[in-house]
Amino acid sequence: MVTEPVKPLIDSVLVSAAIHVYVSQTGRGEVVIGGGADVFSSYAQRGGLPVFEANAQAAVELFPCLSRLRVMRQWAGTVDISPDTSPIMGPTPIAGLYVSAGWGTGGYKAIPAGGETMAYTLARDEPHPLIRSFGLDRFASGALVDEGAASGVAH
Amino acid sequence: MGYRLLKGGHIDRTQQVHIRWNGRKLPAFPGDTVASTLLANDVAIAGRGMKLHRPRGVFTIGPEEPNALVTLGRGSELEPSARATMIPVRDGLEVRAQNAWPSVRFDLARGLDRTAGLWHAAFYHKTFKWPSWDFWERWIRRTAGIAQPPRERDPARYDAVNAHCDLLVVGGGPAGLLAAQMASRAGLTVVLAEQDSECGGRLLATNTLINDAPVTVWFASLLGELAASRNVTLLTATTCFGLYDHGTAGLVQRLDLRSPPATVRQRYWRVHAKQTLLATGAIEQPLVFEQNDLPGILLAGAVRQYANRYGVAAGRRIVLATNNDSAYLAALDLVAADAPVKLVLDSRTEGPADLAKWLRAQGVEVRTGVRVAKAIGGRRLERVLLDTQEEIACDALGVSGGWQPAVHLWSHARAPIAYDEASRSFQPRASRPPLQAIGSLAGRTTLDASFDDAMSAVRQALAHAGKTEEALLARPAVQEAPISAETGVLPPANGNTARQWLDFLHDVTVADAEIALSEGYEHVELLKRYTTCGMAADQGKTSNLNALHILAEKNAKSPGEVGTTTFRPPYTPVTLGAIAGRQVGERYAPKRLLPAHAEHESLGAHWWEAGGWMRPACYPRKGETPAQAVQREASAVRAGVGLFDASPLGKIEVTGPDAAKFLDRFYVNNVGRLEDGRVRYGLMLNENGIIIDDGTVGRLGRQHFVVTTTSGGAGRIAAWLEEWRQCEWPDLEVFVSPVTTQWATYAIAGPRARQLLARFRTDIAFDWRSMPHMSLREGRFAGVTARLYRVSFSGELGYEINVPARYGATLWQELLKAGADFGVTPYGVETVLLLRLEKGYLHVGVDTDGTTTPSDVGWGELAARRKGEFIGKRSLARPDNQRTDRLQLVGLTDADAGVLVPGAHLRLPGTIEGSDGWVTSAAHSPALGKTIALALLRRGRKLHGERLMVHDLDRKCEATVVSPTFLDADGKRLNA
Repeated sequence: MVTEPVKPLIDSVLVSAAIHVYVSQTGRGEVVIGGGADVFSSYAQRGGLPVFEANAQAAVELFPCLSRLRVMRQWAGTVDISPDTSPIMGPTPIAGLYVSAGWGTGGYKAIPAGGETMAYTLARDEPHPLIRSFGLDRFASGALVDEGAASGVAH
Repeated sequence: MGYRLLKGGHIDRTQQVHIRWNGRKLPAFPGDTVASTLLANDVAIAGRGMKLHRPRGVFTIGPEEPNALVTLGRGSELEPSARATMIPVRDGLEVRAQNAWPSVRFDLARGLDRTAGLWHAAFYHKTFKWPSWDFWERWIRRTAGIAQPPRERDPARYDAVNAHCDLLVVGGGPAGLLAAQMASRAGLTVVLAEQDSECGGRLLATNTLINDAPVTVWFASLLGELAASRNVTLLTATTCFGLYDHGTAGLVQRLDLRSPPATVRQRYWRVHAKQTLLATGAIEQPLVFEQNDLPGILLAGAVRQYANRYGVAAGRRIVLATNNDSAYLAALDLVAADAPVKLVLDSRTEGPADLAKWLRAQGVEVRTGVRVAKAIGGRRLERVLLDTQEEIACDALGVSGGWQPAVHLWSHARAPIAYDEASRSFQPRASRPPLQAIGSLAGRTTLDASFDDAMSAVRQALAHAGKTEEALLARPAVQEAPISAETGVLPPANGNTARQWLDFLHDVTVADAEIALSEGYEHVELLKRYTTCGMAADQGKTSNLNALHILAEKNAKSPGEVGTTTFRPPYTPVTLGAIAGRQVGERYAPKRLLPAHAEHESLGAHWWEAGGWMRPACYPRKGETPAQAVQREASAVRAGVGLFDASPLGKIEVTGPDAAKFLDRFYVNNVGRLEDGRVRYGLMLNENGIIIDDGTVGRLGRQHFVVTTTSGGAGRIAAWLEEWRQCEWPDLEVFVSPVTTQWATYAIAGPRARQLLARFRTDIAFDWRSMPHMSLREGRFAGVTARLYRVSFSGELGYEINVPARYGATLWQELLKAGADFGVTPYGVETVLLLRLEKGYLHVGVDTDGTTTPSDVGWGELAARRKGEFIGKRSLARPDNQRTDRLQLVGLTDADAGVLVPGAHLRLPGTIEGSDGWVTSAAHSPALGKTIALALLRRGRKLHGERLMVHDLDRKCEATVVSPTFLDADGKRLNA
């Protein structure tokens, strides 16, 4: 969500893993606040009041002076989270079809490495050594890559 | 030259109050808003545009206001960007203009307007490239943002309320009010929300007659009835900001606008409505011509309302320019209010003949087929240039480019809208219960039609609710001039499009839209983001429709094909603090205190925060370190008896005919076949077969189970059970009730545990025969209701006594007192973790991670043998879970205490690179007199007795792999 624009107040992007929120200010002066996912699977792309409240509480907790600012837009998207919260990358059983998905909780942080290793994978038609264990087949074999503790918050 | 008319308006002319506008005292009357006060005192410039600092005056009369955004108060009470149109005055109210220095009239930055060419759409990609954008960005950022932010903690209080009703009516205009009245008479519970501080909507500003009397008479009787109805909640100054799933709506009510202000600043309402009626009205749209943003230009409907509602004339020579009938009604009302309206310009070749005739008879000139090409003036409107090249002197221009229904909430609910060619606006489609649109929102232009709408919508709502409609009252009779919604086509944008404003607040012009289109940003969502049109604080309420029409015209498409951008909540901006409510500061994550907190404190507890709870880690005595205390407490438990506060232990009641079947699906082991009074320890998995929690299941009756969870998992597991119950197995008849905090739980452990219990009066037989290990009894203990478990997390003979939380502190005292003569020892969480480590009991989340399956902790055979389905079973059959080289739980000992620490890595003989596992828990065991550890080790179960290397950073040592059960492997102590 974003607030109405105000003069510069916050000059960094702040993420708090303890209270699950990120806060930054745009060049136009809007304060951008976000974080948290619905606790159930949904494709509504709308967000509900509970997450709205949780984000507002976290933002005001982090910056008490934001309390009187008004939120002018609130939105939500679909976060693609795989069963083990790790991305799915690599070739598929269909020749020429590759997958790079499930970045829901760590895309911004990890996609530079994701892009490079996928390029390698496409060029050689074999998974880059770094992403070998991230293949789609792990859900058939059960060899999961657990990253729940590494990310899983504040996306 | 705005001024106060001699009569009229819903203001109290008998009392004068003053507001302070930039330090200057302005007189006003109770009932005025800040905007009407500014107009009445001829304050032309109410604000400055964001980019170019052009002077801007009051433009509208509602929350859609793009110009008159003002700052209220100071310091911690500062409120930025309040809409002057929505703020009722009170004496001494401090109001300041924004985005201007030294003053809004002589803003030094006004020169920026001459550099407009540098600031067009996406300027940051094109201009300010030399020497670099980074160089300029520092300066440009300082100019962004229209208001000074508050920099202090907000002292105000915000409340939250949940409300349930049969019918939520949003909008207290004529349609909404009539619908609320009828629904309430038919017995529905109604919540009515009106964003204005006064109900009535646009009708407040008309001279319409209802039942042969002025509208105010009808309003008074209707509002009186609603106020007296016990089934109606009437909320004014309350904005419904969003519609969400399942009939939930979010509302924010302003209480600080009252005089005197309430102690609560704003109240947030979560309304859960079975049905919703939207009567949110329509928003008048501006006309696009050169300099259409000059102070003195207002929406025609606003000019009309300022005269009727506040007795304020917007100018001494008022001209109205329109492409639809509504401005004729505005002119009629202005004449009636003695406001100096001189001329109506209609861009259509033909207007409503009767209205025009009547106006001409009153001395108002009406001209058709003519439109405004340009507004002329310096800091305010002086004259207008028509497309006939004729110039007309005027100091106020009311413009009307048609009315766009306020479809925002309708669209939040993902209900469909369609473009209506006749009115050139988007209108709701497929209105039917439980969500209906009525009145202007549904495109009705007359009161008659709106009343018809309200009547039929309430009939449908009653039918939907299964009620008869006999109680409906007769429909009010209306006398008003008939008008049509037909609007004329907007003039093509020609002339200097860089001076034709679409979005006033963000300074977006027609030329900006042209730039975006010429660069290929043709989609409406792209146009919006590239130009930022409609993304300002007014959310495009008076800019998006014009932008869309221009886009359609340039692309030679119909506006219906172009479509709108997505409407997102909130409908109008809402205060962050109101949504946060009181859950900030100390209440953000309240510290949870045990029922016997004070008792622990007086025993000198060394506190740990765990899962939000303040828990004693141990109770160091004088001169003792916490580590020494833990060793002492552990020894005392093994030798005598200890007392542990286990109250945070998760407790969930599962009841109902299908309770056994339900629980069986969660645990690796069968729990549904438990006998009454028996308890079983179980592992709970997720769909991947990964262990997510452990605990006990106790059976109190055929349809009554009590599940215990880890303290940290209490909330999560209750939600997990609920999700499966509600979403996957709604056919099961079962209730899930978390009761963790209802009970105080004390573990009594050690060989003398039974001796301590025997000191109390109880009807529970707890001897060895009556109550074997893993059993549960209900009864009375020390005079209160109790549940007594015989379970153990220490490996010793153990009981857990549960009493209602309010008796917890007393029972704790009594237990210590009763065992004083044989040295009952209170012990804390850290001691518990040591005791369970000695016994090899699992600590889920510490000894397991997100890949640990039952077989990894020695439950493989049991899981394989288990008949019937349970969550995660299918995953356990996957090849990776059958591997023999998985990480498995083992014990480690005979190692250097400094190296055998949690996190240390393990290497088997022959392993040179990488890791074969790691230590998960480690401690010095007083019972064994040496350091012991639990670890996850590759192929671990096959390696008991082997030696391996432990690496902690740059230190290493050898250790022996052993069974994870270090103590009492045959269970003699446990079953004593």
